[in-house]
Amino acid sequence: MSALSAMPPARLSWFEAVARQRLAALVDPGNFEEFIGPEQREISPHLQVFDLPAEFDDGIVIGAARIGGAPVLVAAQEGRFMGGAFGEVHGAKLTGLLRAAKALKRDVVIAFDTGGVRLQEANAGELSISEIIRALVEARSAGARVVGLIGGRAGCYGGGGLVAGCCSTLVVSEQGRISVSGPEVIETNKGVEEFDSQDRALVWRTMGGKHRYLIGGADVFVDDDAAAFRTAAIAALSRPAGLDGARLAAEQARLERRLTRFGADRDGRDVWRTLGLADADAIPDLATEAFLRQADPCRETADDAR
Amino acid sequence: MEILRFDLAAPTPATGARKMALVGVVASGNLEVLLEREGPADRCTVEINTSAHGFKALWEAVVSDFVSRRTAGGLRISINDGGARPDMVSLRLAQGVRLIEEAQS
Amino acid sequence: MTLADILASLFGDAHDVTLAGDSLAGRGTLPDGGAVHVLGFANRAELGVDQAIGLAARVLDIAKTADRAPILFLIDSSSQRMSRRDELLGLNEYLAHLAKALAFAEQAGHRSVGLLYGGSAAGAFIATALACSALVAVPGADPAVMDLPSMARVTKLPIEVLQQKARTTPVFAPGLQNLVLVGAVAEVWDPAQPLSGQLTALLARPADGDRRGALGKARGGRAKASDIADTVVASATAHG
Repeated sequence: MSALSAMPPARLSWFEAVARQRLAALVDPGNFEEFIGPEQREISPHLQVFDLPAEFDDGIVIGAARIGGAPVLVAAQEGRFMGGAFGEVHGAKLTGLLRAAKALKRDVVIAFDTGGVRLQEANAGELSISEIIRALVEARSAGARVVGLIGGRAGCYGGGGLVAGCCSTLVVSEQGRISVSGPEVIETNKGVEEFDSQDRALVWRTMGGKHRYLIGGADVFVDDDAAAFRTAAIAALSRPAGLDGARLAAEQARLERRLTRFGADRDGRDVWRTLGLADADAIPDLATEAFLRQADPCRETADDAR
Repeated sequence: MEILRFDLAAPTPATGARKMALVGVVASGNLEVLLEREGPADRCTVEINTSAHGFKALWEAVVSDFVSRRTAGGLRISINDGGARPDMVSLRLAQGVRLIEEAQS
Repeated sequence: MTLADILASLFGDAHDVTLAGDSLAGRGTLPDGGAVHVLGFANRAELGVDQAIGLAARVLDIAKTADRAPILFLIDSSSQRMSRRDELLGLNEYLAHLAKALAFAEQAGHRSVGLLYGGSAAGAFIATALACSALVAVPGADPAVMDLPSMARVTKLPIEVLQQKARTTPVFAPGLQNLVLVGAVAEVWDPAQPLSGQLTALLARPADGDRRGALGKARGGRAKASDIADTVVASATAHG
């Protein structure tokens, strides 16, 4: 047994929860074994030179568990530590987990919560993203599913967004965001006319969970509720597995078609109108059930094409 | 970074069977506390890693208060500090002891 | 080395690689007769959704061919294109798709060798250079995760402080030598020798999995990554 938190309360906000609370809510009780746990003290060797505090697990919890009875490997990033960013040790833990997934033909569930690569360890973090992607692709080719869960305060940015794009299923809540460049970076590089990073509504229309679900950048949309993420993960773990030429060809077609359909659209609202949504302006304010009722008949899907 | 170490007499030992507990996260105004069972039942060691220099006396006061009031004996406590205030430190220490004493599921 | 120098040093006249916009494509023949598919960028090209999907299409076409010829990916790019449109359209999926396509092409018998001859940064670096099964460079290449002034802005540290810290560790600052030390770049080729020979020698060595962790450990740029990953695999295997 290892250091997850105590019994979860009746309803746990995924957004507000820390990584260990998310894992405790996600996995079947009594089954989690942590690898390279905090007592190992495998901290980052690169933060001291910047006078920054380390975390004993370097901001990612990994291990083996069961979810809905099925054996899985699990990972949860701690978005509150260094923005959940990938550093040398953090990245290596996830790399190892995915290599184990290939060796054991074991499914993986990753709770993303990351601003990307940790700048203080940029080269190590960036390289770890590539190692993770390579290991993830090999695991999927061997038949393992890799399910991504996105709904934390750091979102899923930068290299994390690329890793997410390699997953077999993505579950997202309204709070989740998926992007490569963050709002501030776009504004700094291209100006406030291109992207006003202070305009939260714009951020969510461009990168947020509802938009990703509608445009086919995510597969399942859930409430900000750990129980909902768990239910969605269980369902995702019984979807077809594999990554082969046919699936990549289907993804090529899907992504080409997206550019044809939406390539001239300027804003998320334009995309949603193109999709055929009756009242695009109302989308951000809709609660989950009402949103899904509107979204499901007309959204883009990525089934078997991711 | 500054490393502070305290080795204190603990009047009351921690109960329960869990080998370890972890509370908190390393974020601004927060801290993580790792508790492990180590050493004699009447002593408690606390090691703190912090980037805020010059607060040894304050840490000593908070830690001494905790060890004297709570069931802290037989514990090795390791802290990574993100600049937490004393009341947050006390809260996490208390949460940590509660967690390590909790019955295993 | 310029792009023309590189192509000449690899293939002499035996290639049909052309530049369309900032994208390269074609085939070359090495002195030993080996065919090579060539793709890539020039002029510090930005990698947006349109470029990524075009490149991926070519990679997937190559993957379908039976010739088992390697892919040489010549890289002089900037970063991913930073725009509202690219993110609106889901740039992360396009870059991931390109990385997956390269991995798939390798599985289908087409090893990829990335050759850095200019810049490459951030998301573009991950989806192209780092997604090749081997990455080499010629002197003068300047890969980066992020430029130092931007890092100074984001970390709120003075650039002089970053420069000073960069002298003590290769783990964060831009530059080819740092990326060699952490294991990202396997080899820096000698421009005074024919590149064809250096490519042929590389291709003669078996492609045996992702060795960049071991490389980073041996060179001292990443002392922990390799062992951490190995320990995780061992723990998971022991757990069963």
